[in-house]
Amino acid sequence: MTANDKGGLTARYFDLHEHDHPEGGSTMLGFWIYLMSDCLIFAMLFAAYGVLGGNYAAGPGPKDLFDLKLIALNTAMLLFSSITYGFAMLEMEKNKVGSTQMWLFITLLFGGAFLSIELYEFSHLIHEGAGPQRSAFLSAFFTLVGTHGLHVTFGSIWLITLMVQVARKGLIQSNKRRLMCLSLFWHFLDVIWIGVFTFVYLMGMLR
Amino acid sequence: MRDYLIGFFLSVVLTAIPFWLVMNDVIADKGTTAVIIMVFAAVQVVVHMIYFLHMNGKAEGGWTLMAMLFTILLVVIVLVGSMWVMYHLNTNMMPVHQMPSFG
Amino acid sequence: MTSEPEHWTFLLGRLGPNAIPNEPIVWVTFAAVALGGVAVLGALTYFRLWGYLWKEWFTSVDHKKIGIMYMILGLIMFMRGFADAIMMRLQQVMAFGGSEGYLNSHHYDQIFTAHGVIMIFFAAMPFVTGIMNYVVPLQIGARDVSFPFLNNFSFWMTASGAVLVMISLFVGEFSPAGWLGYPPVSSFAYSPGVGVDYYIWALQIAGVGTTLSGINLVATIVKMRAPGMSWMKMPVFTWTSLCTNILIVATFPVLTAVLALLSLDRYVGTNFFTNDFGGSPMMYVNLIWIWGHPEVYILILPLFGVFSEVTSTFCGKRLFGYTSMVYATAAIMVLSYIVWLHHFFTMGAGASVNSFFGITTMIIAIPTGAKLFNWLFTMYRGRIRFELPMMWTVAFMLTFTVGGMTGVLLAVPPADFVLHNSLFLIAHFHNVIIGGVVFGTFAAINFWWPKAFGFRLDPFWGKVSFWCWTVGFWFAFMPLYVLGLMGVTRRMRVFDDPSLQIWFAIAGFGALLIAAGIGAMVLQYAVSIINRDKLRVDGDPWDARTLEWSTTSPPPEYNFAFTPVVHDLDAWAEMKKEGVQLPSEGFRPIHMPKNTGTGIILAGIATVCGFALIWHIWWLAAVSFVGMIGTAIFHTFNYNRDYHIPAETVAATEAERIRLAAAGA
Repeated sequence: MTANDKGGLTARYFDLHEHDHPEGGSTMLGFWIYLMSDCLIFAMLFAAYGVLGGNYAAGPGPKDLFDLKLIALNTAMLLFSSITYGFAMLEMEKNKVGSTQMWLFITLLFGGAFLSIELYEFSHLIHEGAGPQRSAFLSAFFTLVGTHGLHVTFGSIWLITLMVQVARKGLIQSNKRRLMCLSLFWHFLDVIWIGVFTFVYLMGMLR
Repeated sequence: MRDYLIGFFLSVVLTAIPFWLVMNDVIADKGTTAVIIMVFAAVQVVVHMIYFLHMNGKAEGGWTLMAMLFTILLVVIVLVGSMWVMYHLNTNMMPVHQMPSFG
Repeated sequence: MTSEPEHWTFLLGRLGPNAIPNEPIVWVTFAAVALGGVAVLGALTYFRLWGYLWKEWFTSVDHKKIGIMYMILGLIMFMRGFADAIMMRLQQVMAFGGSEGYLNSHHYDQIFTAHGVIMIFFAAMPFVTGIMNYVVPLQIGARDVSFPFLNNFSFWMTASGAVLVMISLFVGEFSPAGWLGYPPVSSFAYSPGVGVDYYIWALQIAGVGTTLSGINLVATIVKMRAPGMSWMKMPVFTWTSLCTNILIVATFPVLTAVLALLSLDRYVGTNFFTNDFGGSPMMYVNLIWIWGHPEVYILILPLFGVFSEVTSTFCGKRLFGYTSMVYATAAIMVLSYIVWLHHFFTMGAGASVNSFFGITTMIIAIPTGAKLFNWLFTMYRGRIRFELPMMWTVAFMLTFTVGGMTGVLLAVPPADFVLHNSLFLIAHFHNVIIGGVVFGTFAAINFWWPKAFGFRLDPFWGKVSFWCWTVGFWFAFMPLYVLGLMGVTRRMRVFDDPSLQIWFAIAGFGALLIAAGIGAMVLQYAVSIINRDKLRVDGDPWDARTLEWSTTSPPPEYNFAFTPVVHDLDAWAEMKKEGVQLPSEGFRPIHMPKNTGTGIILAGIATVCGFALIWHIWWLAAVSFVGMIGTAIFHTFNYNRDYHIPAETVAATEAERIRLAAAGA
């Protein structure tokens, strides 16, 4: 019927020379939307901390509990891991498998250091009797900071998975896309941490 | 490379100053300190967005930026709204000594 | 329980012989469900359908099949939720003059909770998600959604939540704490049983599915539109779907977070919503309504889109005020976020807070009213064909408007102080949800069924169902307005004042009429399936206007052999006007995603994990959680996820279509 088509109407209304859509063309946008929804989970936890954070229930407050030097060290770990992940991405763009893997591994080490320090802080607090059950303030504190830590944990598991996949398949297009998604995730956790150290730790010390 | 280094340098500075302000009680007035560190946090968030997350108005046809602005709007609504509502409820419904009334 | 040996507790947690409820009603139900279940499973085995179901449906990543599965899930759960409704109606008619009715209070509490939870999360949500899943990709000229595997996974997570709710009927109990589970009654201190835990984990698991399908559809609409379909050439239903899914992505995380905090209170002993140690139950109410209000717009917006498509199709003209419709939808989307406090005007906020939220609530009526006028002006001087979808649309306009007006009444804080928590409120939200969401779903089913299956639904039984439903609705809910104005509160089990009984009797009669309507609906489906050869239709049975009608009914797996190019709003109407011929040669191989069983496996493990958490079977919870992570990681090692449909297959399918069209089918 294309033969008796008047004036190329069919060609005007149909894409007759279509090519495959690039695979994963929506992935970055989809992942970004996921991050935005995750951001709202954190918003709720910040709201809970904002509303309940002053309810010490005659228990210890931020000034009795927080050690800012430790937090500064922790923040440094996360910042370092961010820049090293950035370096990994730069190496990835140059298609250098070895150095990409090296920077990813360093990122993992910094992530691990961050988690260890956080676990130390948590166990120290619980040991002092300032666990999440002690007061609404501590419930909100542990949940907010712990959720961030949980995200870093899953990010680390994901990072290891990707390192294995890069080792097996090299820097093929879909692995690059996955590394870019994790990059967004990792830097997004940094942004959340800015909120955490400002609102929870620094502002807590000002109360 | 340059972007990451600039971003890293800026965020180190923007992190260090608030910590220094609070740890050494540089400013006597706590309210002022709070406002200053909040401004620093906001600036640092923007720095991270630009230099690490590579946000701009062009990627994905501006949809990432749109999505983020919408999210920020919602975050502000949720945070400010909850604080406002809960402040009222706490004051009205859990009176300690007297019941102030809101007009 | 206390006498049980330690190791049994380790193995089975709280699960024991006394988990089976001591209720004859439950036993009878269980016997019926078990018999029916065995019959269905036996039939599937006898007719050797398991392989077919697994290969063609359960593991399918085709958005059309997933959409249909959502609708089936929604219909099944709708029946379950309606059974709860009938039980409540019967109890309230009986429990007068010293009679206790036939339900004890604990059972009654579970029934009204289950009714609300099931109707919102497992009937209405699957309906709207199913309709969007089926229609949106077709309407934008795409071959599938952006993330086909995630789509399958989302469906099975929703189904997993539904399965947990159904299990709660026979093993243990369901939450008695109302559909939103307010603490302190939902806290461990006041509800130590498994009911609230069933509630939490069913919603959390289903919520993962809902959020992911929201992300998926937003990405699909943004990235996969046919060439030429700019924003203002997008069909209205796609617009409302976009806004709905943005709302889903922006609000379901809120529900997830709130329920997570509640479960921390119950499982870990934190103090977010407790009465002591600085916790605040009011905070829960505040947070959950930040999700809860946008949720009602998540439910209604897609149906507004359905009514728009139906109205313009059956009036044979372009929708009146398309642009204002788009802006109204966007306005509702944003406004829905700043009205949540109107659900708890009476909790004690001051005059400034209450008046702010009262005014924002009333403002929402403006864009909604604009939409109604748009539909009316589309009908004005149109050639209206009163087919079933159009009948449901007209019924919606009449019913929903009444519900909307009582809503504006409730938005006035002083009036709300009188009507809060009364049956007036119940009548109001059933008025908008049944009048809007349920009628809209029926309009959509009657409208798109021919597209999905290639034959029309029987109009006779459809009309019987329509009249039973609409008349039954007015009988069932108008008495509740009256009772509410007289001060009768919701969730009451027994009554003292005998003068109220007549109103409950009228409401019960209405519920029976609705039951007849549901029966007629089931008959309508059955009759249509049996007579399908007489009801066969071609690709465009309604002379409709949007792209989904440009392909065959049912559409081929790949939807469109050639991607359409859009030049105008109502793209298909324009193509028909110009006399465009569908291309019949030069087919190319089509790139499609492969089916995968990972979605159903992951959701299955999630169900086990949820069940283990509910019953405190910690080892099983840990094992299944690790299993879930492991399966997900394992899935990412599979890089071989797509294939090409060869050009010859496409050519053969299209030749068949052309042959059928020539035969005048």
